[in-house]
Amino acid sequence: MTARLTRDDVAKVALLGRLKLSAEELERMTSQLGRVLEYVDILNEVDTQSVEPLAHPIELANVFREDVERPCLSREEALANAPKTDGRFFVVPAILDVNH
Amino acid sequence: MSLLDATASQLLDAIAARKSSAVSVATAFLNQIAAHDARIGAFLHVDREGALKQAAQVDEKLRARQPLGKLAGLPIAIKDVVCTRGLPTTCGSRSLQKFVPPYDAELIRRLRTADAVILGKTNMDEFAMGSSTENSAFQITRNPWDTERTPGGSSGGSAAAVAAAMAPFAIGSDTGGSIRQPAAFCGVVGMKPTYGRVSRYGLVAFASSLDQLGPFATDVAGAAALLEVIAGHDPRDSTSVDHPVPDYRRTLERPLSPLRIGLASEHFAEGLDAEVAASVRRAADVYRSFGAEIVDVTLPHSKYGVAAYYLIAPSEAASNLARYDGVHYGHRAEKFDGLIDMYATSRGEAFGPEVKRRIMLGNYALSAGYYDAYYLKALKVRRLIRQDFDRAFEKCDVLLSPVTPTPAFKVGELVNDPLAMYLSDIYTLSANLAGLPGISLPGGQSSTGLPIGIQLLGPPFAEETLLRAARMFERETPWHTKRPSLAVAP
Repeated sequence: MTARLTRDDVAKVALLGRLKLSAEELERMTSQLGRVLEYVDILNEVDTQSVEPLAHPIELANVFREDVERPCLSREEALANAPKTDGRFFVVPAILDVNH
Repeated sequence: MSLLDATASQLLDAIAARKSSAVSVATAFLNQIAAHDARIGAFLHVDREGALKQAAQVDEKLRARQPLGKLAGLPIAIKDVVCTRGLPTTCGSRSLQKFVPPYDAELIRRLRTADAVILGKTNMDEFAMGSSTENSAFQITRNPWDTERTPGGSSGGSAAAVAAAMAPFAIGSDTGGSIRQPAAFCGVVGMKPTYGRVSRYGLVAFASSLDQLGPFATDVAGAAALLEVIAGHDPRDSTSVDHPVPDYRRTLERPLSPLRIGLASEHFAEGLDAEVAASVRRAADVYRSFGAEIVDVTLPHSKYGVAAYYLIAPSEAASNLARYDGVHYGHRAEKFDGLIDMYATSRGEAFGPEVKRRIMLGNYALSAGYYDAYYLKALKVRRLIRQDFDRAFEKCDVLLSPVTPTPAFKVGELVNDPLAMYLSDIYTLSANLAGLPGISLPGGQSSTGLPIGIQLLGPPFAEETLLRAARMFERETPWHTKRPSLAVAP
């Protein structure tokens, strides 16, 4: 379980999580996360071979509702917090490479 | 009767009997905020106009002899993690600094139906991640008992508001102890209901299998009154449970007999402050004097709680916070190069260090090659922790434990040592992992005059038992009547 956490690992995970970190943050994060990961190794002491994971304390399953339309937010309400909008849509940078 | 010193029950009665108008009550608390909050920093947003308007509506309903809700005229402070339509909801984060929700959380809907008066939104650790409220992007909150100390976290603003008589009650959220720990540090009552007892619709998610909303109050009856209103099934929250809500206030004064109080030896290990341990043992003596039986129980996996929690909660948080991408709402960076960079730059600018740490930890624990060793392993240990409690509750009705290893620590003391901060959650986070209800109530004071909390934990949906057991202790002890000196009415 304990692979030493490297700066590269941290940079890779930052990319996965879409988090831009400064060089200083990267450094500090590597040592702080490293300490936490070292600490959680204590879980290796526990024999969990025949134990099922508990993802959720009440283990409800398949709570559905009827597939019926209900009122929802108006367009105005939905756009009210938009960082950039033309009044109809959320405006975002181009997703596809325009040159292809 | 001084309005600021009154309990929630006394205020409710005074308003209903028209001895005090709802407007005069709201005004008293708003003035207290204006007089003291510059120093305490409990509130991020005070809605003076809205609160007075709501209070005036209550007075009008009274005049017209119209039916009133259960909390009519009672002022309440709301942790800024709960969506309130038309009022800013920042979660203590730069990412939501300008966010104004277009909808009310279910909890808010219920409070409005109950005719409560919403005073404003309180400070918190960013996205509920922290144990001191120092991780707020906007301001720190100071403990009203000693302003050099933290009020705890992440619901530090709500706890401080109640302790400083700025509100007779408040709402917090508890994922690893974020109601119970600040309640203990601030000398007030704080309760985390059973997972699924209170709807999470409109509660900004940190860790979806751990989060729960709950009440802060100056006394157990206040907590019971508030819990009655906010508890219940909600079809809009598929994790809320369809169990009837008991009339918690009606049975509150009935002592429990027989009553078996469990004490776990694991809770009295190294690291527990001697005065905190003494308060808990003295509490056991108080229960013994009522004829309760003190039972030794064991929770063998409790020492793994912090490790399991600090893998599970960050993993869930990494997933829940992926939505803050600057697309539909929230902070978007000014300068970026393409879509991915927009996400990375916006999130990099918007999140504080603790939030970034937990997102990183979570994504690491969930990533290919590490998922089994970290996240899955933690979930298996979680089941063992839950089984320990199930076994303990065969031998006792409630478990008595410390809430925190020490009384309130100083501002700046732990904020640069994340692991030390995490370890201080040892007594509270197991209840979140297991989904169990817990209440923190004033149980003593340190030799330096700081509040010490005691915790009662129960099996799922045992809130009624917890409240009655808590009331038994409260009735015979003076701790809940203590107030920090700032809270004296002007």
